[in-house]
Amino acid sequence: MATERSISPEARSILGARISRRSVLAGAGGLGAVGLLAACGGGGDSAAENIVRWGNWPLYLDFDEESKTYPTLVKFSESTGIDAQYFEDYNDNDEFFGKVQAQLKLGEDIGYDVVTPTDWMAARWIRLGYTQKFDLANIPNAGNILDSLKSPSYDPMRESTLTWQGIMAGFGWNTEKNPKGIRTLDDLFAPQNKGKIVVLSEMRDTIGVILLAQGVDITKVTEDEFMNAVDFMAGKISDGWIRGVKGNEYAEDLTSGDATAVIGWSGDMFILANENEGKFDFAIPESGGTISGDNLMIPSTASPTGKTNGEKLINYYYDPAVAAEVAAYVNYVCPVQGAQAEMEKIAPELATSEYIFPSENTSSRLNVFRSLTPAEESTWAEAFQQAQGN
Amino acid sequence: MTLPKVPVPYLLLLPGFAFLFTFFILPIINLAQTSTQTAIVGGDTGQYEQSFAFSNYINAFLENKEQFGRSFIYASLATVFALAIAYPLAYAIAFKSGKYKNILLVLVVAPFFTSFLLRTVAWKQILGEEGFLVPTLRSLNLMGEQTTITSTSIAVVAGMTYNFLPFMTLPLYASLERIDPRTIEASGDLYANAITTFRKVTVPLSMPGVVAGTLLTFIPAAGDYVNAAILGSPNTKMIGNVIESRYFKIVDYPTAAALSFTLMVAILILVTLYIRKAGTDELV
Repeated sequence: MATERSISPEARSILGARISRRSVLAGAGGLGAVGLLAACGGGGDSAAENIVRWGNWPLYLDFDEESKTYPTLVKFSESTGIDAQYFEDYNDNDEFFGKVQAQLKLGEDIGYDVVTPTDWMAARWIRLGYTQKFDLANIPNAGNILDSLKSPSYDPMRESTLTWQGIMAGFGWNTEKNPKGIRTLDDLFAPQNKGKIVVLSEMRDTIGVILLAQGVDITKVTEDEFMNAVDFMAGKISDGWIRGVKGNEYAEDLTSGDATAVIGWSGDMFILANENEGKFDFAIPESGGTISGDNLMIPSTASPTGKTNGEKLINYYYDPAVAAEVAAYVNYVCPVQGAQAEMEKIAPELATSEYIFPSENTSSRLNVFRSLTPAEESTWAEAFQQAQGN
Repeated sequence: MTLPKVPVPYLLLLPGFAFLFTFFILPIINLAQTSTQTAIVGGDTGQYEQSFAFSNYINAFLENKEQFGRSFIYASLATVFALAIAYPLAYAIAFKSGKYKNILLVLVVAPFFTSFLLRTVAWKQILGEEGFLVPTLRSLNLMGEQTTITSTSIAVVAGMTYNFLPFMTLPLYASLERIDPRTIEASGDLYANAITTFRKVTVPLSMPGVVAGTLLTFIPAAGDYVNAAILGSPNTKMIGNVIESRYFKIVDYPTAAALSFTLMVAILILVTLYIRKAGTDELV
C-alpha cells in the first residue's frame, strides 16, 4: 500500500513488459456489459471426455498475449492429459447465479465443473446444496491454504471450497487531485472529489468500508447499523457526491478522469498505479478495509469425471510455484502458503508487494463481512439497490 | 394437383404461431404466475411460492414510481429528438440525394454492424472528461471544472436518441420515398408556397412513417436500461434498471415480474391511445 511500500522501478518494468492486462481492461467495460446479455454457457459434457470446464472472472488467470494462451493452464493440460476448458464468463455473482440456478435446481449440467463465486455467494451455493464435497485425496495441496483462510464460517473445514484469490477493498485515488492521499471517509468526501466518486457495486465492500469508518465491527454488524450506513451512502448519492456504483468499470472512470476517488479493489488499483506512472494509488483505510475471496468449487451437477478433474485442477493451482505464477499476473492476494518464496525466484520485487502478500500490519486492518441469513441477504440487498436508484 | 383450400393459410401461420407460443405466450404465463408469488417463510434466497399476492403490483409500482416516470419522460424526449433529427435526414435521402441515395441508406444502417453495447460505451468516451466535447466546453467557459456530462440525464437521453435513430429514420424514409412527386407539383400549381406544400402535402403523406418511427423508438426506449446503466448515474435509473436489479441482485423474482407486467401494460395503453389519435389506417 501507499503508506508502506510502493512498487520498485524494476518491478514496474517487469510488469510493463509482461502484463498488458490494462490494455485488455480498456475494452472490458464493454465486455462486462456484453456479459449482461450474452447468455453464453460452458462447454459440452464432461462425462464423455477427459475434460474439465472452469468458469472464472475475466482477467483472473495468467495470460500470454503473444500466444493467446493461459500458460499455467496449458502446463496443467500437458502434464495431466486433461483438456482444460476455460471460460471467462463469470462477470457478476448475482448474474451468474441467475443464469444457472434453474439448472442446478433440476440437477441438469450447467456446463461447468469448476466455478469461482465470491464468499457470500459460495455460502449460498453450499446452503442450497449446489456443491459437491471434495475428495481431499485428490487435493493434497489443500493444506497450503493460508491459516487466515482455513475456516470461513460458510465452510469451516474447507470441505467444498478453496480460495482462488483474496480481494482487498479500500480507497483508490488520483494522486494529482488528491496529493495527500485518502485514508478516511472525510478525505474521500473532500470538495475536490465532489461528483467524481465511484463506489463498488459489491455491497459488502462499499458498505463494509463505510461501516468500519463509522466504528462498526463488520463481523457482528446489526441491521440497524447496516441501514444507517446505507442511508449515509444514499445521502452522498442524492447530494451529488457519488456519481456511480459500479463493478470493475470504475477503473475506466479513473483513467478517463470521470472519477478522481473510489472505493475499489487492490488488484485493479495495482495495475492502474503501475501503468500510469504513479498517477493512482491505493490504501487500506485507517479504520480498516474489507477482504473477501473468490472460491473454487465443484457444482452439484458436475459428473464424476468432471469432479475428479476439477479436483486435480484445484490441486494444481494450490502448488506454491503455480500460485506464484498466477499471482504475478493477477496481483490479488495470493491464498497459498509458500507462494511468496516461489515469487522470490520469478519476480523478487513482487515477493514484497503488499498487494499480493499483505504484511502483518496490513492484514490486521482487513475485516471479513459476516455471513448473512437468507432473509437479511434479501432485505439488505434491497436497501443497497434502492439507495443506488434501483 | 389441388390442395384443400381452407387449411393453407393456417398451415402458413403455424411456424410463426408455434414460435410465438413457445417464446412469447408461455413465458408471459410464467411471468404472470411469478408476479403474484411471495417468499417462502424460512426459505432460502430466490425461493418463492404462489399466494396470489396481487398487492405485489401495488407495492412494486409505488416503490418505483419515480423510475417509471423517468422511463416515460426519457423515452418521450428521445423520441422527439430522434424525430427532429431523422425527419430532415430522411427527407434529404428521399428527395435530394440523387445517386448517393443507396450509400446514405447504408450509412443509416451502418451502426448496426457494431454491437449496441459497444456503441453506448463509445458514447461514454465521447461525453467523458477526456473526450472532445467536455474540454471544448470548458475552454469556452460554458462548463465548470466540477460539472460533467456523463452520469447525467443529458447523457442518457443523448445515448438513447442516438441508439434508436435508425428505427426512426428508416420508416420515415420509406413513407417519404413513396410520396408521388406529382402531388407536390400539383400543390405548387395550385399556388401553395413551399412551406404550405410541406405542411399540407408532405407531412400528412408521411404520417404513416412518423407513427411507425415513433412507436419503434418509444417502445424499446421505455424499456431500455443499457443507456441508463452505462451513461447514467444512480439518479437517472430507469425502470429497466430496477427490473434488472430486482431479478439479478435482489433475487426478487415476483417484484421483477410485476414491474415487467406493469411496464408492458403502461406501454400498451399509451400506444393504444396514440394510435387512436394518429390513426392506423395509413399505417398499412
